[in-house]
Amino acid sequence: MARSQVRQSQRPPVDAWGSGRLGLIFSLLYRFGPPRWSQYVRKNWAGQRLVIALPYLWLFLFFAVPFIIVLKLSFSEVRLAMPPFAPLVEKVSDVAYALNLNLGNYYFLLSDSLYVNSYLYSIKVAAVSTVFCLLLGYPMSYAIARSTPTLRNIWLMLIILPFWTSFLLRVYAWVGLLKTDGLINQALGLVGIGPFTMMYTNFAVYIGIVYSYLPFMILPLYSNLEKHDLTLLEASADLGAGPITSFLRITLPLSMPGIIAGSLLVFIPAVGEYVIPSLLGSSDQLMIGRVLSDEFFSNRDWPVASAVSIAMLLLLVVPIVLFQRFQNRELAGARK
Amino acid sequence: MKSQSWFRRLSLFVGFAFLYIPILSMVVYSFNNSRLVTVWDTDDSPTLKWYRILLGNEQILSSAWLSIQVAAVTATGAVIFGTLAGLVLSRFGPFRGRTLLSAMTTAPLVMPEVITGLSLLLLFVFLEQLIGWPQGRGFVTIVIAHITFSMAYVTVIVQSRLSTFDDSLEEAALDLGARPAKVFFRITLPLILPAILSGWLLAFTLSWDDLVISQFVAGPGSTTLPMVVFSKVRLGVSPDINALATIMVMIVGIGVVISAFYMRRQDRRLALEMKMAKAEK
Repeated sequence: MARSQVRQSQRPPVDAWGSGRLGLIFSLLYRFGPPRWSQYVRKNWAGQRLVIALPYLWLFLFFAVPFIIVLKLSFSEVRLAMPPFAPLVEKVSDVAYALNLNLGNYYFLLSDSLYVNSYLYSIKVAAVSTVFCLLLGYPMSYAIARSTPTLRNIWLMLIILPFWTSFLLRVYAWVGLLKTDGLINQALGLVGIGPFTMMYTNFAVYIGIVYSYLPFMILPLYSNLEKHDLTLLEASADLGAGPITSFLRITLPLSMPGIIAGSLLVFIPAVGEYVIPSLLGSSDQLMIGRVLSDEFFSNRDWPVASAVSIAMLLLLVVPIVLFQRFQNRELAGARK
Repeated sequence: MKSQSWFRRLSLFVGFAFLYIPILSMVVYSFNNSRLVTVWDTDDSPTLKWYRILLGNEQILSSAWLSIQVAAVTATGAVIFGTLAGLVLSRFGPFRGRTLLSAMTTAPLVMPEVITGLSLLLLFVFLEQLIGWPQGRGFVTIVIAHITFSMAYVTVIVQSRLSTFDDSLEEAALDLGARPAKVFFRITLPLILPAILSGWLLAFTLSWDDLVISQFVAGPGSTTLPMVVFSKVRLGVSPDINALATIMVMIVGIGVVISAFYMRRQDRRLALEMKMAKAEK
């Protein structure tokens, strides 16, 4: 870190074009001009600018700009045309423009109980699944972190392996297991219980989400638990604490960052989950991801679909920012 | 201590049973002659009937081929942009707009797929109106969308690999007069090559696996394999999908085992070289 700062301060002074506020774009255009190109390549920073600009421009064009479009569209009115919405700024005459800023879509979201209910339902499903993921994933991560190095690698490989196989097919596997005449009910029938209705219920959705997102919970937890200093536990045992007290007073607080990272990695995508509820969930209680895609594909109401996604993002903005800060801290911490 | 190890073993057993029973059930039932998942046809099973039906299905084969092409192009693009982004974020120090770049690289990791899909589709529609490109939607739009969400994973992998060694080697090469590009290709790239390879594989898998984003940005003529599978599975259980799952699990399993062996050999060779270097001293 310190070294690169030194290197930066030794760079040649940047000319007026490059140091301007639009420096990134200008420097790109400017650099391609033939007269001084070779001269700039010889310096450190011209190439660096290009290296920065490539991923920057890509992400800006295909990640940031689309959001601005969605935001803009969420304020538009729906129209029976292609594309099916009214322009935000409309030319009324030669000199006058009308700004069609329309809050109707958001008002519609709030007034129709379908949308509010699906938001609440999605949050509930994601939260419950996250808790179950944690309850199943924590003991597993703990056990893996305390295994011998050889076994540890095998366990980790077995955790990651399903992740490489198709997500869709793994969700589909549960259809055969959870059906009323499926494998689980058959097995329960042998013991004389059941059959239970499990398909197309909340239970099936929880199972599907926990199953698909479990590796995302285990891996951050494992990488945290593996770093713990075990002498702390020995010290607490020497001081007379039982295993449960030691766990609650030492391991659990130390593993909080792992718990938070894993939970966010499960919770955020689970709120917008589309495939799992479509295959396993009931059709009378829709999650918000399904509502969004129905609104877009079936009703062809692009503005409302945009408003739905902006509202979902507002809901997720706090967890996403939390996750980013955490991610940055992890990467910065690993460097030291 | 003893009760603890018992608890650990139990949690591993329950966890892995939960992870693997569904996969195993698909593998087993792919050899079942009966159409019903619930009935095991003892007379004619095991059979390869569903594999024959699967491999005779023109739609599945052509969509699988499209998915492979999309995934290969995506992985290559994602590795290029993701490596550059990772390099910039961990080596270039502070620069204007760094926060935005780092936000834009981590956000796709957790962004709900429906939102990414919708926003990219809207972008393509707008671009087509504005500049006439892309004309319609298909291969190109799917690849662009897939690169955008999968490069974030490559960035994270490359960034964490770069953070495991400091930049003194690169500094030394710069001091000795190598140009930055040469430093990158001769020093940085070989060091992060394992990360780039696993990033490529990860991006390939993510693209191969993606349903939601493809559904938004694909055109009528370009149906990827997950889209075909989803429309089949939605109508109910179809046993040839079990066969497909078995084939994929086998390919992944073999790949993972090979890479594990390869990595172990690499580790051993490294250990041996270190030993020999010490002995020479």
